[in-house]
Amino acid sequence: MDKFTTLTGIAAPMPLVNIDTDMIIPKQFLKTIKRSGLGVNLFDEMRYNLDGSEIADFVLNQPAYRKAEIIVAGDNFGCGSSREHAPWALLDFGIRCVIATSFADIFYNNCFKNGILPIVMPQEVVDILMADAKKGANARQTIDLIGQTVTTSDGQVFPFEVDGHRKHCLINGLDDIGLTLEKAAAIDSFEKKNAALHPWA
Amino acid sequence: MTARTLYDKIWDDHVVHQADDGTCLLYIDRHLVHEVTSPQAFEGLRMTGRKVRAPEKTIAVPDHNVPTTLDRANAATMTEDSRIQVQALDQNAKDFGIHYYPVSDVRQGIVHIVGPEQGWTLPGMTVVCGDSHTATHGAFGSLAHGIGTSEVEHVLATQTLIQRKAKNFKVEITGSLRPGVTAKDITMAVIGETGTAGGTGYVIEYCGQAIRELSMEGRMTVCNMAIEGGARAGLIAPDEKTYAYCMGRPHAPKGAAWEAALAYWKTLFTDEGAFFDKVVTIKAEDIAPLVTWGTSPEDVLPITAVVPSPSDFTGGKVEAVQRALDYMGLVPGQKLSDIKIDTVFIGSCTNGRIEDLRAAAAILKGKKKKDGLRAMVVPGSGLVRAQAEAEGLAQIFIDAGFEWRLAGCSMCLAMNPDQLAPGERCAATSNRNFEGRQGRGGRTHLLSPGMAAAAAITGHLTDVREMMAETV
Ligand code: SF4
Repeated sequence: MDKFTTLTGIAAPMPLVNIDTDMIIPKQFLKTIKRSGLGVNLFDEMRYNLDGSEIADFVLNQPAYRKAEIIVAGDNFGCGSSREHAPWALLDFGIRCVIATSFADIFYNNCFKNGILPIVMPQEVVDILMADAKKGANARQTIDLIGQTVTTSDGQVFPFEVDGHRKHCLINGLDDIGLTLEKAAAIDSFEKKNAALHPWA
Repeated sequence: MTARTLYDKIWDDHVVHQADDGTCLLYIDRHLVHEVTSPQAFEGLRMTGRKVRAPEKTIAVPDHNVPTTLDRANAATMTEDSRIQVQALDQNAKDFGIHYYPVSDVRQGIVHIVGPEQGWTLPGMTVVCGDSHTATHGAFGSLAHGIGTSEVEHVLATQTLIQRKAKNFKVEITGSLRPGVTAKDITMAVIGETGTAGGTGYVIEYCGQAIRELSMEGRMTVCNMAIEGGARAGLIAPDEKTYAYCMGRPHAPKGAAWEAALAYWKTLFTDEGAFFDKVVTIKAEDIAPLVTWGTSPEDVLPITAVVPSPSDFTGGKVEAVQRALDYMGLVPGQKLSDIKIDTVFIGSCTNGRIEDLRAAAAILKGKKKKDGLRAMVVPGSGLVRAQAEAEGLAQIFIDAGFEWRLAGCSMCLAMNPDQLAPGERCAATSNRNFEGRQGRGGRTHLLSPGMAAAAAITGHLTDVREMMAETV
């Protein structure tokens, strides 16, 4: 997993609530057995006409946002299915950070596992960031994970919260499985105890 | 000892390790696997030379991609990429030695129907699956939630999950349901009340008389859609109905082990005075048969209502409602019961169990679907299908003009050939009405099996209670 420390990039405004994982990556693209290559189909049905041509006014098709690395969105981003293809598609496109007032739980979790930083901000801050993002390609926002701040293109700074363990893993690009396997002894002893207490499980 | 909720108790019994910041390593009793969210996880194991830690607690079944037409044994019914995905699961199950129900097995079906049916899901367990509707298993008083593929790999390798504890949310449904109102209406009513983000950060415990009065099938329907309300898991305390359902299932304990399990299960309830961070109470008698009109499961109204207007809403929802109405091709003020439909889909892990098929068949008996309408029943598992045939339900569906299919997810998410065409409108017993969910441009109205059957007969959304009046 790629490390995440700071990022300065173009932010794409998506002022919609309940952007679900079916919108982010429709199911016909879930038939892959790989993690990569999903970026071209990110937001497929909003981004392309049935004949495969681009829908010009969709934000990521606009010249200013084709290289966006940040998305600013409405409430409940990532709701719906648990498909990790959603963060894989975002990442493959080049998105490393999503800012919204709230996220669906599984999606939020999946982001961290893939080096994407989801940031929860209050509505008034999202409104400011959204207005800033709408200024176009020159409106580059800066995300500082170490200092836990988002800075707008005109220098306004907003702090954000992030769980300590997740921050640590993201900054260092750490894989959870390796960390957990270090606790193998604790898992062994839990299994022994459980086998005695709840043998049917 | 302080009073604890059911969630607190199950959580406490599964903590392997707790870090200083409160992050826990939680032991996982059952890991269910399907073909769509697992290939990258098994690949990860191969790349790192890791094994499945507890293959005896890991159960796999293909369901999302598989065709449900009667000719599916013919490999040509599957697209190339679907076939690769199903074959990858066949191979992974074999290579890693996990329990497996291949497409050819009569026990194959939707993973959330197969788990309980085979007795893998039992009270007090932790159950995970790379699938958001894992919440279904909470009906047994087991802590069950969906995980992503990285977490699938984590559970395969370690039999644990890194988790932070959620908050407790009590949803109480008081009194009894009125005739024609079902578990599906309860769970949609809750989402209508709390919104699709209302449960985010919580585990919901459903309780109250109406929940106690539900069968296990109905309870699974309720918990299934906890995720549509944003909650990671839904729970219902086990009781005599739960024990009766579990008893004698192939993987349920037997003899002395059963007695020991039962003694433990009887401790699984929320203590008097336990603390809930949030409480919602709904009167069962206030719930009417519901349908969705928009593209979010929270867009729900009684069948007797009219399509709302964006101006009835505030904030970001105004734009979302306008977009939903455009997508759905509806106009404010239109009666919901005037909405004409093209397709009826009965099935899914929400409503693909025997009780659901009985409810639909009761309405359809001796009747025919509307001419020109496409209607299909997709049983949730091969065993549900066999039982429905034995009970004579299959014949009722066939006589009514429905297609009688083999088990799978089918048109719930349209990853197999069962899809809506652009603009096609479907009355569906599944759980998601998102844009494109049942096929690009397809329009979905969620409802109960009885309501779906009623719509099939008239060709438009219909109040099932009118049909019931006719039969009495
Ligand atoms: S039936 Fe639908 S919701 Fe259930 S597991 Fe299958 S695709 Fe998911």
